[in-house]
Amino acid sequence: MRTKITVALTGLNNTDNPGPGVPVIRGIRESEAFDPRIIGLAYENMEPAIFMDGMVDKTYQVPYPSEGSDVLVNRILEIHQKDPIDVLIPNFDAELYAFMRSEQVLEKAGIKTFLPTLEQFEERHKADLPDFGKKYNLTVPFSKPITRLNEIADLEDDFEYPLMVKGKFYDAYLAYNEEQVRMHYNKISAKWGVPVIIQEFIKGTEVNVVALGDGKGNTIGAVPMRKQYITDKGKAWSGITLDDQRMLDLTRRIIKTMQWRGGMELELMKSHTNELYIIEINPRIPAWVYLAVGAGQNIPEALLKLAIGMEVEPFRDYRVGKMFIRYSYDLITDLTAFEKLSILGEL
Amino acid sequence: MQLKKNIALSNSGFVFNPTTGDSYSINQVGREILGYLSENKSLKEITVLMTARYEIDTPSFEKYYFDFISMLRQFELLEDEHEN
Repeated sequence: MRTKITVALTGLNNTDNPGPGVPVIRGIRESEAFDPRIIGLAYENMEPAIFMDGMVDKTYQVPYPSEGSDVLVNRILEIHQKDPIDVLIPNFDAELYAFMRSEQVLEKAGIKTFLPTLEQFEERHKADLPDFGKKYNLTVPFSKPITRLNEIADLEDDFEYPLMVKGKFYDAYLAYNEEQVRMHYNKISAKWGVPVIIQEFIKGTEVNVVALGDGKGNTIGAVPMRKQYITDKGKAWSGITLDDQRMLDLTRRIIKTMQWRGGMELELMKSHTNELYIIEINPRIPAWVYLAVGAGQNIPEALLKLAIGMEVEPFRDYRVGKMFIRYSYDLITDLTAFEKLSILGEL
Repeated sequence: MQLKKNIALSNSGFVFNPTTGDSYSINQVGREILGYLSENKSLKEITVLMTARYEIDTPSFEKYYFDFISMLRQFELLEDEHEN
């Protein structure tokens, strides 16, 4: 007997820079524990999952977090009044702050979440990575947040070129000289604001872990992956699960010491000397999470169970050598669907 | 010289290192040698087997063997540095 549950989630942008919405929905739909009704929360009216068959049962447009946390949360509460939500799964870094801050308000209204605490969210920020590394005795590349263009000239005092120029939420570019840093700084700061993070470039192989912490120090699931094909946006277009005990040990150590609550993506660089550098800790499920589902760890389902207070046994293993390969697909839909969403804000 | 225990070696000559995610394709002779390494055979044993099977003298085989081994080491497919 599967439990009926209504899940609202974001990240429906299944584009060349995909959000995690679609893979999270697929994991939940494949659950043997739940009979889900999926409410898609769309920021843009052409996010593919809105129109894809078998994904969302209903879509509501929501305002960007940049319009104000309260505006976003009030819209969620408004949706909840006419279409009750059991669990909300935010899938973007930029919106997490609003939902973490409003966790009590949402809970009071009857909407459950399973998010990191504000403290956990803050301390793993890219801009604070060196302090984070020091605090937890983890190897991280040297980095420095900058907020003004005139700081770029002094970067050569602290860094050797090439170096990485990163946005506080998304985007990362390799820069070989001051001029390129300036160009990337302007592009990133216009999109994501400041600080822009300058990070030491570590040459090696990019590997990632998708993980889920129960907030009590236990790792419920963890699957390491190596990107096999990377797009020009730096996104994995294909990947393969790895059997790397050091990556798993590192993940468990981080989740235990931070008492991490919720989904997490650990971005690591394995240097040529086989040292693991923590490049980023993303405070949410990544867009490649369906690989973990395919390898035997349904992390979206486990997160849902934790959100509603069910006991979840940690996953013991996963299949090594499982691959994912993304593809693009032309979906044909009617103007009426687009029109309805544009005019009414729901579909 | 020993192949790492978790290295997957298929009959078709496909080699997969699950720790790094790297995969390689090797020919029949390479596959045979990897098979012997995974059975923990020594250089001496492998040399006897290979020189009996193929028309090659011991010094020539060892030259190619050590070339092959250094490539395996570079690709991090070997367990340790000790020859048995």
